[in-house]
Amino acid sequence: MTEGSLWRTLSLVGLIAVAAAALVTASYEWSKDRIAANERARLLQSIYDVLDPALADEELQPVLVSATDEALLGSEDPIDVFIAIDDGRPVAAVFATIAPDGYNAPIRLLVGISVEERITGVRAVRHRETPGLGDLIDVMKSDWIRQFDGRSLHDPEAALWAVDKDEGAFDSLTGATVTPRAVVKAVKNTLLYFSAHKQELFEAAARAAAEGDGAGA
Amino acid sequence: MSELKSLLVQGLWRDNPALVQLLGLCPLLAVTTTVVNGLTLGVATAVVLLATNTLVSLMRRSLVPAVRIPLFVLIIASLVTSVDLLTNALLFELHEILGIFIPLIITNCAILAQAETVASRQPVGRAAFAGFSAGLGFCGVLVVLGALREVFGAGTLFAGMSLLFGDIAAAWRIDLPFDGMLAAVLPPGAFFGLAVLLALRNWARERRAAARGGAALPVGDAGA
Repeated sequence: MTEGSLWRTLSLVGLIAVAAAALVTASYEWSKDRIAANERARLLQSIYDVLDPALADEELQPVLVSATDEALLGSEDPIDVFIAIDDGRPVAAVFATIAPDGYNAPIRLLVGISVEERITGVRAVRHRETPGLGDLIDVMKSDWIRQFDGRSLHDPEAALWAVDKDEGAFDSLTGATVTPRAVVKAVKNTLLYFSAHKQELFEAAARAAAEGDGAGA
Repeated sequence: MSELKSLLVQGLWRDNPALVQLLGLCPLLAVTTTVVNGLTLGVATAVVLLATNTLVSLMRRSLVPAVRIPLFVLIIASLVTSVDLLTNALLFELHEILGIFIPLIITNCAILAQAETVASRQPVGRAAFAGFSAGLGFCGVLVVLGALREVFGAGTLFAGMSLLFGDIAAAWRIDLPFDGMLAAVLPPGAFFGLAVLLALRNWARERRAAARGGAALPVGDAGA
């Protein structure tokens, strides 16, 4: 390779690299706000999906706090908890719980719980369960996940918080054993955590609301 | 005109990237569970093909052979990253479903093959049109395979088109009077479906060759 062609090669590579970087930067700059808005809208929308429908018309103020409990919430890192505040009173909590023992990967759930410690809704927001079997936990595919609505730690009693295959009170899914077990366990654990830490969470939310940094609403 | 037509036939049928060259099979097999998934990935791939061919052809005279492959990859990668960001911003829900497969367009050998064998040797117009017709051919196979698997796997057709075309498209959904077979949606169904399409194409080709009186042409070149 002669001196001249080396320079030509280098400048060509440099030029194209700069042009490529410019293109990616421009697309990133143009799309980042839209992507962030999409994600925020989805998360806020999903919060309403798992809250009591009666709250849908209220001007709720969701306040983001965090909770850490590897045994009950499925992650050693803090997970997001939205406390819904209506007229200064906490009315519900939404946990971004993780069911760590999904079939292919941890299942990310949203668990809505009312102040009275009843489940108001559960959704699988991100999972990699087998299509046609485990993915029936997705509300788009089946109503299975709606069976938690209205349940609490006393309904059914703690020993019956399991799938029917394990002599519990919840339906299982044909062909999938691991997935429903993981979800039932995660929902129960979330209830246990909420029951034990309710005051703590509400106080944290009140402090956060007073400081004026509400959740990215 | 006839040249355009022959380029179109080449991309759609004679050298179809998916059915003849067997390139880009990873995304092809992975996303084609429904028509809408296939169509979206197909359109994204076609856009990248068209843009890559145009850019590569524009700079074909200043290309240095020793670094052409890295440059092709750089161009393809930056285009795909932009397409990925734009779909994420504009078609958020579909982007969630297609997930990793839009970034994986970068690894679709059909695009690199077009850049190397067509775009770097042809004038811009021809290269762009060849990229367009190859993209159309690839997209067509994705849609047909998606339709096959959706019909046999889920018993529906055009479900979820509203993700792409807005609320009017919700009415396009057709529910067929049977439930699907799970196997068609799972990975084996992708291989069976593609095998059926390949067999049909080869059968049609042999029939035509036989009708012309000649011996059957050798079918399809195996590709990576």
